[in-house]
Amino acid sequence: MRPLKIIVLAKQVPDTRHVGPDAMKPDGTVNRGKLSTVFNPDDLHALELALNIKDRVPGTEVTILTMGPQKAADIIREGYYRGVDNGVMISDRRFGGADTLATSYTLVKGIEKLAPYDLILGGRQAIDGDTAQVGPQCANKLKIPQVTYVEKVIEINEDAIVARRRLEKGIETVSAPFPCLITVHGSSPTCRSRHAKKVMKYKYARTKTELRSADDLILSLHEQRPYLTIPEWSVEDINADLEKIGLAGSPTKVKSVENIVLTANEAKILNDSDADIEMMIKELIEHHTIG
Amino acid sequence: MMKSVMVYCEVENQKVADISQELLSAGKRLAQKLGCPLNAMIFGANLKDIKNQIAPFGVDKLIVGDDARLEPYRTLPHAALATEILKSEDPQIVLFGATSVGRDLAPRLASQLNCGLTADCTILDIGDHFVKKEKKEYKDLLYAIRPAFGGSIMANIINWDMHPQMATVREGVMKKEIFDTNYTMEVENINVNEIVKEEDFVVKIIERHIKESGVNLKDAPIIVAGGYGVGSKQNFEYLQELAQLLGGEVGGSRAAVDAGFIDHDRQIGQTGTTVRPKLYIAAGISGAIQHTAGMQDASMIISINNDPDAPINKLADYVINGDLGVVVPKMIKYYKANAK
Repeated sequence: MRPLKIIVLAKQVPDTRHVGPDAMKPDGTVNRGKLSTVFNPDDLHALELALNIKDRVPGTEVTILTMGPQKAADIIREGYYRGVDNGVMISDRRFGGADTLATSYTLVKGIEKLAPYDLILGGRQAIDGDTAQVGPQCANKLKIPQVTYVEKVIEINEDAIVARRRLEKGIETVSAPFPCLITVHGSSPTCRSRHAKKVMKYKYARTKTELRSADDLILSLHEQRPYLTIPEWSVEDINADLEKIGLAGSPTKVKSVENIVLTANEAKILNDSDADIEMMIKELIEHHTIG
Repeated sequence: MMKSVMVYCEVENQKVADISQELLSAGKRLAQKLGCPLNAMIFGANLKDIKNQIAPFGVDKLIVGDDARLEPYRTLPHAALATEILKSEDPQIVLFGATSVGRDLAPRLASQLNCGLTADCTILDIGDHFVKKEKKEYKDLLYAIRPAFGGSIMANIINWDMHPQMATVREGVMKKEIFDTNYTMEVENINVNEIVKEEDFVVKIIERHIKESGVNLKDAPIIVAGGYGVGSKQNFEYLQELAQLLGGEVGGSRAAVDAGFIDHDRQIGQTGTTVRPKLYIAAGISGAIQHTAGMQDASMIISINNDPDAPINKLADYVINGDLGVVVPKMIKYYKANAK
């Protein structure tokens, strides 16, 4: 079996699973500063799938690609800690405000720069938008087949991958020729832990921008070990069309945002006493809601 | 003539999917507001009688791609056909189910057509928007409204310049209603072989096991749902027992599903199932919009929560301040004692 070239698409997201009461400002907008950021959970599953293929097919090379603000360099480091070979970060203020269409355009420009590849892997969806759109949109722009919701790779051969998809009402096993794009479902195996030696090796990995505020120790390390410098691509580096990125390239716009304030019903407030609960049950039976 | 509203219909074994019927009704309501035709497209095998299932929703024109290779759904052939139709028909709005089919197909099309797509809408409406930069009022846009940011806010998403305006909607969100059982619909059969190429079939289906899920939350009259506050899989057994006793089903919030307390197919909310039971018992559920979007139309709501300020309490008819480990066994006890 020939070695494969795999690109993993990963995103740093606000941790919307743990939205505290102070996550929203009084005016109903999101208080981003109060939300911690995490490696998008489905993307971690995609990373595991890539590393699993690397284990199975010797010589396979895994590159992790992310787009985001400087802080998103954490995603690249996390990828290194768990076993990727290369990491690339697409970062430029002008990419900001992108919806899924503009995001897929930008990622594809980065992927094209990394070409050739056999397989593109990404999580099914990101927890900040839950759209599940960027994967299929990238596949379309790359003119390659897509296989969505994959939970298991059954077989890999020279020209094709056989994978099992998790659908709402069952499963489906398909074969797809290389190159193709796969989105990975959360029912696939969880990602392996960080590897202690890799953490030691890569903990000082930094982007050029991060290096500007780094101390002398880190700077000299980067001089000795060029692999520590994470490639950072701007609009010009990927030759992106300004009309197709950021807000300008995004057809969907937020017209308004509402922090839904539920208006109070005339609820009956009870406690857990026997009397209260028996009263409620009797009322429900009387009104034929139950029984 | 005004540009149409178009619905992509899913079909398997000559049966139009429930979600597609719901979308046809939602599409009809939009088309009536806009005063434009409602059209639909459907691709599958042996579809010569399928029109009878679609016309009653008030569809003006149905475009059919009938070919054995189009079923079960595969991305590339369906994308090729839909692209061709959307280019020639040029609708203003296109609706898809937020199903494993629609969520696979719609983004591929949005990229191909370079247009906007909003996922998992819970409300679709028509309205205007003034674009300050252009000093221009855009009339009759699609308001694609959805919970966002993990369900903490509702966002109204619009797209005024890169059409068509596309949206996906989850099953159960839109109400299905027959418009006219004798509605006259035009049927157009497209020549599949002229559009779909051999290379569109490179992805091969090797094996497929689809079963109707044993879980039917949508039609359950009573739902006992638990959230992250339930705390463990074991505690969910209390809810299971209560649900069984009352003749209902157990459901869970997304947080409960993510925590592994309950199976994914029992998730209630924007990214799960939308339900309208006559009784909804919410235990240990705080009430993020993500969740309430999927249950707020229940006839009666009981909230059991340790936190008297849980947002869901504002929707509830009964609020029980207490621990579900205490409350639920008492509910079971007094139901047994009082039910006839």
